[in-house]
Amino acid sequence: MIEEKHILSILVDNEPGVLSRIAGLFSGRGFNIESLCVAETLDPQVSRVTLVTNGNPPIIEQIEKQLNKLINVIKVHDLTGKEYVKREMALIKVVAKSEHRAEILRTVDIFRCKVVDVSSEHYTIEVTGDEEKMKAILNLLKPMGIKEIARTGMIALFRNSK
Amino acid sequence: MKLTGAQIMMKVLKEEGVDTIFGYPGGAVIDIYDELEKTDIRHILVRQEACAVHAADGYARAASRVGVCLVTSGPGATNTVSGIASAYMDSIPVVIFTGQVPTHLIGNDAFQEVDTVGITRPCTKHNYLVKRTEDLARIIKEGFMIAKSGRPGPVLIDIPKNVGATAVDYKPVKKVNLKSYNPTYSPNVKQLHKVVELIKNANKPMIFAGGGVILSGAAKELTELARKTQVPVTTSLMGLGGFPGTDPLWLGMIGMHGTYRANMCSGECDLLIGIGVRFDDRVTGKTDVFAANAKIVHIDIDPTSIRKNIPVTAPVVGDCKITLAKLNQLLNKEDLGDLKKKRKKWFDQIQRWVAKQPLAYKQENIIKPQYVVEMLYKMTKGKAIITTEVGQNQMWAAQYYHFDKPNHFITSGGLGCMGFGLPAAIGAQLACPDKLVVDVAGDGSIQMNIQEMTTAVQCGLPIKIVILNNGYLGMVRQWQQLFFNKCYAATCLDCAPDFVKLAEAYGAEGLRATKPEDVETVLKKGLASKNTVIMDFQVDREECVYPMVPAGAPVTEMLLV
Repeated sequence: MIEEKHILSILVDNEPGVLSRIAGLFSGRGFNIESLCVAETLDPQVSRVTLVTNGNPPIIEQIEKQLNKLINVIKVHDLTGKEYVKREMALIKVVAKSEHRAEILRTVDIFRCKVVDVSSEHYTIEVTGDEEKMKAILNLLKPMGIKEIARTGMIALFRNSK
Repeated sequence: MKLTGAQIMMKVLKEEGVDTIFGYPGGAVIDIYDELEKTDIRHILVRQEACAVHAADGYARAASRVGVCLVTSGPGATNTVSGIASAYMDSIPVVIFTGQVPTHLIGNDAFQEVDTVGITRPCTKHNYLVKRTEDLARIIKEGFMIAKSGRPGPVLIDIPKNVGATAVDYKPVKKVNLKSYNPTYSPNVKQLHKVVELIKNANKPMIFAGGGVILSGAAKELTELARKTQVPVTTSLMGLGGFPGTDPLWLGMIGMHGTYRANMCSGECDLLIGIGVRFDDRVTGKTDVFAANAKIVHIDIDPTSIRKNIPVTAPVVGDCKITLAKLNQLLNKEDLGDLKKKRKKWFDQIQRWVAKQPLAYKQENIIKPQYVVEMLYKMTKGKAIITTEVGQNQMWAAQYYHFDKPNHFITSGGLGCMGFGLPAAIGAQLACPDKLVVDVAGDGSIQMNIQEMTTAVQCGLPIKIVILNNGYLGMVRQWQQLFFNKCYAATCLDCAPDFVKLAEAYGAEGLRATKPEDVETVLKKGLASKNTVIMDFQVDREECVYPMVPAGAPVTEMLLV
């Protein structure tokens, strides 16, 4: 059976230990977490976990059921195969030698990113987009020398309110 | 009204109808013990904390209620882990209260501090660290509700010392409301219609029932279903007693040590109706050929059980009792035709399997462990509550004691936790003081929690311990005998205590049988006694449990006597 990437959007009680329950479930049952993003929703008692995992259909079914079984999990949505928007943000600290500065700024412009910090040696660039965009800009910046990178992991929402 | 956490806890326990607590005191729970002493709740002092959970587990199963334990922080809590994991695997409702260091010391590596909630997270249905006394009443209420509802399981509540000692305004909690917890009890009727059709069209159906039938109290409904549809029944180890072991439709247990006929049926049937089971590997053997010719119906209250191990034709999420009652109703409206005639070929086939390989052992001039269990069955008329340790003793008890009623066979099924039987027998005897409770044990596993003899004697419990003493860790030795060239690595118990003298040292009675003709006399004397009794049966040392399906093999390929 084919392994597929799935984006799960999980509403949970905003309580200590809940993330540990989810992480423990994945490690204990040998499931895979590719990325994980957690933050409070409008309701301060509820958090949204956006989790990217992969597996064949029976594994994904088990993951959803096991998540639902956790007392602190309120709702699990599998966004994959439905209409949704997804974004990731990255902060990229790229070496900015004088001969490269213009090219970096051009790239930033083309990708509609922002330079959020400058020093004599580097630019810090803020990028938002999907995985493809991340991959593309990283490929272009790599030759200049990337000093550090921080990524948020994927967040996603249904296009129609659900 | 101002009450301390400990006082609030007692109030809520009384509200929940708790009459017995199994526990072991310590520094972090002194405040709670001080209040417990003022109530009429009976406290049973076990001699090691895992046994508090095993005893509560035995109590819960024998009484169909929630078992309760209370232990201290640190080592008290870590010792409970085996007991909790066993209760979790077998879905037994137990609430475990652990003491914790005061909240201001949490995380400081204080004396007798461990991250109890962290350690027990994967082996509890849910757990709590109570940080404020104000939350205590609600959390205890939630804990009991979660433990006993849906697919039951253990819930642990960790109470820091100051939470128990602090006084707050107490407001009784009337209702528990958990927005994210809502088990499905009622099945989808559409799915049930599918099941009815499958049953009507099946020529070679079988029912495979499990612990869910016992937990939901569905034995009556299951029996009705089987008789109405003339479908033969097997159960898992956990399901024994869910269907009468003396009924003509009974196939015996299925799985690694299941009967020849039950295992062969699973390979041959065209419809397998799983009820309250989780298709454990000890049942299915090689999963991709399990019930390969059958359509599979799977009824279970836990959606994660369904399609976890095997593909299913008709999944039904629901409580076994409610689901079977509805299924029976639907079937009552159907014309099922002359089932006896329709099933004749199938029953003839089953009879041929019975004739070919009945459950049997070779009689020799040495005590056979199977013979001891057979005699025990005969002499107790099948009415005793049997607890077991884990290993060969457990399998022989399952094979040769025929259970007609639920809640009479109490064993650590999923976890296979040695040392379970004696404390579980203590719990069962306290739950059912008028019943005969027998722990079928091996000489290995009885020593894992032998200290509980003191608890049994102190409480004046007339538990009978039947040791099938072969001087080996028999089940592992059996594997070594069959698959490891008889290299008995670390399984020979050639240094063992004298169990008769040991019983006497504990203030119990000790009896011994060394010859087959002693068996009846010893059982008769032991069972008639009003004391705690150890009966030491020196059995054939190298006897094996048969049939046996080698691990990972198809369940229809058995090693036979």
